[in-house]
Amino acid sequence: MSDLLSFWATQLPALLRGMRISLQVTGMALAIGIPLGLIAALAVQSPSRLIRLPALAVVEVGRGAPALILLQFAYFGLPSAGIQLSAMMAAIAALSWTTCAYTSEIIRAGLQAVARGQQEAATALGFSRLDELRFVIVPQGMRVAAPALLGFAILMLQATSLCFTIALPELLSQAYQIGTITFRYMDTLMLAALLYAAICIPATVLVAAIERRLDRHTA
Amino acid sequence: MTWQGLELVAWGIPWTLAVTAGAFLLGAALGVPLCAMHVSRSRVLHGLAVALIVALRSIPPIVWLFLLYFGVGSGYLKVGAVQAAVVALGLITAANMAEIYRGALRSIHPGQWDAAQALGLPVRSELVDVIVPQVFRVTLPSAATYIIGLLKDSAIASTIGVAEITYLANFLSRKQFNESLTIFAFAGMLYILISLPLAALARLADGRLRARVAQ
Repeated sequence: MSDLLSFWATQLPALLRGMRISLQVTGMALAIGIPLGLIAALAVQSPSRLIRLPALAVVEVGRGAPALILLQFAYFGLPSAGIQLSAMMAAIAALSWTTCAYTSEIIRAGLQAVARGQQEAATALGFSRLDELRFVIVPQGMRVAAPALLGFAILMLQATSLCFTIALPELLSQAYQIGTITFRYMDTLMLAALLYAAICIPATVLVAAIERRLDRHTA
Repeated sequence: MTWQGLELVAWGIPWTLAVTAGAFLLGAALGVPLCAMHVSRSRVLHGLAVALIVALRSIPPIVWLFLLYFGVGSGYLKVGAVQAAVVALGLITAANMAEIYRGALRSIHPGQWDAAQALGLPVRSELVDVIVPQVFRVTLPSAATYIIGLLKDSAIASTIGVAEITYLANFLSRKQFNESLTIFAFAGMLYILISLPLAALARLADGRLRARVAQ
């Protein structure tokens, strides 16, 4: 046991470095993907086919294809079209796409949950369509969508482990690397699993608490 | 992309389906006792179920896969790649199915339990003839949606060398580097095509089966 603990103590710094990269990728994917998801959510409801159909394609492919395929498409596929991305850039691009696709559905549900009277009131007050979205519909819809978006953020952190396959030195890659050097796969992978759990479990509990809190305010 | 290339990647379909189906069957079966433990009156069993479900869901699938394949497989007992993929994804499925079952159980009208008791049905019959058929109907649409997610998660089996769609796409893209864009696009399309009938089934099941559950 003390042998395991001292092994963990020596490997922890490398794994924490990996974890920082995992968190960075998660943060970037969410920062880029969620605004795109909002745009996609509005675009798929557009009456214009020219806007609706491309948005639908982006969303359906992003949700339909495995994130692993999107990652490898960005990292191994795009170079054959002359676009060379670093592992970090490919990871952010692919996971932003996934985020955009999934969050657009979450946000769309949130926007639809806004009471119809709100929209009618905005129209009655003479708001332009843009102002109506900006000041009335989107702020309320996003509040409804918030718990589901936070839950998705936790899944996204887990999804960064897929970046192992494109040689991004995130948490799982670091653990695997140490495993191949020391041949103590079980011990290193267990520590990596604990680190993922150390973030995801408190985050899940927190999201559930936020959800209960927001529930209190809706009739 | 040549015809042979398409054919090679398409040969991964049976393995993708096998891993998905194997993991789902394992998970759907293990989910039953896990759900039973969760709703059990025993605090120990309930706590154990909660801990298992939380652990299975908060550690990424690929980490479970590596723990089984490289961790358990490297010292404790020999684990094949397909077995590791089925068991790892199956365990995660068990946790999620347990939650789906639990939600379905809660949606059964309490009057159904009362009625079964009023009729003097034995406990076995109460469960088998009254509750489970209704739980099954409520579960089906969520299960179909879950299988679509599982289908996509099965792509991680490529990392340990199971010759499914993603693995073969990877393999081919290394040989025909200048076509890798089309190869991965094709692989992604295959997943979407496979999930289309599943999605249609989920929608159909949702409408039809919900109508046959007592409200």
